[in-house]
Amino acid sequence: MSGYIISIAVFVGIWVSLALSLNILVGYAGQVSLGHAAFFGIGAYTSAVLTVRYEQSFWVGILAAILVTGIVGAFLGLPSLRVRHDFLVLATMGINFVVVAIFKYVDFFGGAMGLVNLPAPALLGLSFRGGPAYLTLVWIYAGLTLLVSWYLSQTWAGLALNTVRIDEEAAEAVGVSVPRFKIYAFVISAALAGGAGSLYAHFIGSVFPDTFAFVESIAILSMVIVGGVGTLRGPIFGAVLLKSAPEFLRFAQDYRFTLYGALLVLMMLFQPMGLLGKESWLWNLARRRFRRAPSSALAPEEVS
Amino acid sequence: MTALQVEHVSKSFGGLQALDDVSLQTEGEILGLIGPNGAGKTTLFNIISGFLSPTRGRVTYNGHSLQRRRPHQIVRLGIARTFQIVKPFSDLTVLENVLSGVGMPVYPRPQALVRRYRTPVSLKQAREVLAQTGLEAWADTLAANLPIGLQRRLEIARALATAPSFLLLDEPAAGLTAQEAEELAALIRSLHEQDIDMIVIEHNMAFAMNLCERIVVLAQGRIIADGPPAVIQQDERVINAYLGQEESDADHQ
Repeated sequence: MSGYIISIAVFVGIWVSLALSLNILVGYAGQVSLGHAAFFGIGAYTSAVLTVRYEQSFWVGILAAILVTGIVGAFLGLPSLRVRHDFLVLATMGINFVVVAIFKYVDFFGGAMGLVNLPAPALLGLSFRGGPAYLTLVWIYAGLTLLVSWYLSQTWAGLALNTVRIDEEAAEAVGVSVPRFKIYAFVISAALAGGAGSLYAHFIGSVFPDTFAFVESIAILSMVIVGGVGTLRGPIFGAVLLKSAPEFLRFAQDYRFTLYGALLVLMMLFQPMGLLGKESWLWNLARRRFRRAPSSALAPEEVS
Repeated sequence: MTALQVEHVSKSFGGLQALDDVSLQTEGEILGLIGPNGAGKTTLFNIISGFLSPTRGRVTYNGHSLQRRRPHQIVRLGIARTFQIVKPFSDLTVLENVLSGVGMPVYPRPQALVRRYRTPVSLKQAREVLAQTGLEAWADTLAANLPIGLQRRLEIARALATAPSFLLLDEPAAGLTAQEAEELAALIRSLHEQDIDMIVIEHNMAFAMNLCERIVVLAQGRIIADGPPAVIQQDERVINAYLGQEESDADHQ
């Protein structure tokens, strides 16, 4: 595999993690956030500061990134307890701008020049810099994000988040503490994005504020929406599609965000549940094509 | 004995006095709460279940003050409610709707993050509730696809799943056919036989008079009558405030 293909695959893996983590907030809990890049950035900067300024290892960096971003997520989730829907979208957007401004104007974070010379992860004296080793690490993390997302959907908390998404009053009426579960969703979603931020920072070897700007939040949300919000396959597919397509269509690179914007509009108009979402035509088509003969395990009575 | 006590509860929304010094105590019966539109019935439910806090007065249940308790905490004390406009978890199945009631009051804390919700125990409990409410056949149907009569029943099933000792039913018979209403009344009676006390808001007079052992009449935020159905039907003020209104409507036609 050429270095170029490997770096695309690394980026795709990182954005798969980001899309899956945002999906917990948007798809499970129904809290639409346009500030996910802030969590991505907080993770990247936590790891960068610890490794560059305090000479900690990458491993300390990524664990701290997950932890710190999770804690910050709890606080930044507080607006969701007071405002709903469109106002929450605006509030999370505002948070994204504030976080980027802090990176940019606080010297400790390196200002506009960012932080550079981040160390590569190393284990037993072996460096993970570039190459298949880093790729493996990134996809292990993406797999972990997938595992957490899947497991969460099987738990009482996953069911609770569904009830919160559908109707907060009815959720309270069956005994769901709506504020508590909203904060859980923010913490888990943010923490997973924070880890992805650390992986990104150490792959590039530097962090700059503008990487984590509001437009990146739109990009991540586009991946979730285009793929299929609330499912596991959707965000993965969305991230793979939207992250790799511009790389292969080089001419489109400059119009990346135009493309995301246009896609979002089209999806909202024609397939609001996403290309691979519940009941999307593509998913239904795929199921018809690949479905085996009527499954006997599901409905034996009907067959006989 | 379980007892719900509403003491001198008033609620105003800006200049509008929705409830004015309402006091009542339940004594283990099926209590009917009736009154014209805007009388404050649902407001009273919202106060008891913690969705609104009273401007004055207080509510206690089995000696616990419900003051400053959030709705999900009140559910855990054993008071469950339904909504006048049904609120099914529309894109979850009927079974999952009921499961939410089974588990949420039991797993409020972080263990909810690790405990899986489909366990033999939770499924058994949920299926019992489905059987009791006659919804077994629809277990795997999306709640949104149920006809309204069954959605009303799901509303009760979900409340029932929280294992309540007290039920607040907000117009459970609204929009039901005569036969469905009859089945519902039978269900409500069977629940009462299992020692679940309840307050039923009802617009359907015949339904309320038939079902309830005691009826409280609210009009313009005040209790104007409280007694057995036979007495209520004869009460001058009730006839003027409520029944009379319907009669005069009928006269105009």
